Amino acid sequence: MAVESLRGAYGKTLLKLGRENPDLVVLDADLAKSTQTQVFAREFAGRFIDMGLAEQDMVSTAAGIALTGKTVFASSFCTFLVGRVFDQVRQSVCYNRANVKLVGTHSGLGVGEDGATHQALEDIALTRALPEIRVIVPADAVETALAVEYAAATPGPFFIRLTRNNLPTLFGPEHRFAMGRAPLLRDGSDITLIGMGAMVEKALQAAELLGAARISAAVIDFSSLKPLDEEILLRFAKKTGRILTVEDHSVRGGLGSACAEFLSQQCPVRMKIMGMDDQFGRSGKPEDLYVHFKLTAADIAGAGKEMLSRP
Amino acid sequence: MNEQELAVLSEIARQIRILIIQMIGRSASGHPGGSLSAVEILTWLYFREMNIDPQNPGLPDRDRFVLSKGHAAPVLYATLAKRGFFPEGLLDSLRQVDSCLQGHPHRLDTPGVEASTGSLGQGLSMASGMAMGLRLSQNPARVYALIGDGESQEGQIWEAAMTSGFRQLTNLCVFLDYNDLQIDGRVSEIKDIRPLREKWESFRWRVHEIDGHDFSQIAAVLAEFRNEKERPTMIVARTVKGKGVSFMENNVNFHGQAPNAQEVTAALGELNHGR
Repeated sequence: MAVESLRGAYGKTLLKLGRENPDLVVLDADLAKSTQTQVFAREFAGRFIDMGLAEQDMVSTAAGIALTGKTVFASSFCTFLVGRVFDQVRQSVCYNRANVKLVGTHSGLGVGEDGATHQALEDIALTRALPEIRVIVPADAVETALAVEYAAATPGPFFIRLTRNNLPTLFGPEHRFAMGRAPLLRDGSDITLIGMGAMVEKALQAAELLGAARISAAVIDFSSLKPLDEEILLRFAKKTGRILTVEDHSVRGGLGSACAEFLSQQCPVRMKIMGMDDQFGRSGKPEDLYVHFKLTAADIAGAGKEMLSRP
Repeated sequence: MNEQELAVLSEIARQIRILIIQMIGRSASGHPGGSLSAVEILTWLYFREMNIDPQNPGLPDRDRFVLSKGHAAPVLYATLAKRGFFPEGLLDSLRQVDSCLQGHPHRLDTPGVEASTGSLGQGLSMASGMAMGLRLSQNPARVYALIGDGESQEGQIWEAAMTSGFRQLTNLCVFLDYNDLQIDGRVSEIKDIRPLREKWESFRWRVHEIDGHDFSQIAAVLAEFRNEKERPTMIVARTVKGKGVSFMENNVNFHGQAPNAQEVTAALGELNHGR
């Protein structure tokens, strides 16, 4: 599978949208080269505002600009964009229902060597708790471009969580993004693996490993996290009776929590929630970190087998 | 300013003060002190300065006002009602469960409210963002904001100050309601924000210092603001917390505490007769 940069897709999509919409404004906080908003900045210097290292001011300013009728994208690393600035996201953006699209890059352990300070592991829990905002975690560059286009075309707050690293391209050019619809990547009947972001590819690999052990695993990409695709969740909970979620995020408040909140009330089934449990990340190569914290395809397959070994 | 004009404005301000006392008294909850200190500023802005149409609160070229010190919602609501954005009768419902008047301003609930505020420090950034957005659209509208002195201890105020000064937002005019009282006591004793002129000038703002209860001074500095070509404008307005009600003036207890029935009667008595 070809790998592509989600950040790169973000920058390219911003440029395209900027050409179509003169009311699109982009803000960054001294990370334009990393978040790739620089691609937009090069062509639209007047509509790109580098706020410097002032994330609180950036997010509230984004809301203010949006309240004059603009569509505003604001970017930084996830931990600074919605962690450091949670109250501004809550009040300036969400409570005002401002037309602001927060696009964070460098989420989770995938940040790698920069370590715990830069590895957002709570951003989904934070944003998912807020009214008004929609939360999307694309799994590849195609989904990133579509999610950014969707957010630009839809009034109101969004949080889009991207990775630092390139990810394998899972979708073809014919793919369509729909809010609240989680794409089924692989059908199965024994267990359902639900992934988010960088973990989707690992869930697919895990399904292969399980298949070799004659276990039929479905794989769903839960890119549209809020609103959640309850229909597919219910369908596969009933169909497979076992749900395994895996996320490069805390298990407290993230993808697994979202699925459990729904299923525990609508269709309780056996669940396994994989992710970071009450701990910070650390420095290391991303793949080494996934080994260290037991988030590899083999770990997922092992957990799946464990679920099936019990009645 | 001639005497007749001054009398007209003073009468509007007096009526707004009465509405503030009445609405906080009825809801038995709210922030009277910092509302009363800003009455002249809002009166001048809404009745003389801003290009607004209460019948069409969403016109694109309207001037904007952001109450960054959102706890002073009563002065904003009273002024908006008096100016005709909604009926004065609605003020009775302040802070009630089915009211369109939230404890802190919420733009989606109340006609004329431009930004939801209350978490201090954020309103100035939003006002600065509005000024940037309007400038991007080549919209001649101006943006006014009111920040508090206690609020000036928030780091975000200085982030926004740096942004607005650096970006030369000449269409942004900010009043600092400098009554020197915050919940826990005197601003100058808790964490002094002085020197103000030097601070704001070093952040590249045009700074004016006035008596915030003097209409002539407010009018004069706003005339300068309209001709400003280089910098955003900071008006440090010396005010008296609780202004207009003798036992509330400079009394920190009336920052966030509503007057009881007796105090309401006494306050209204002063505002109605004791002038």
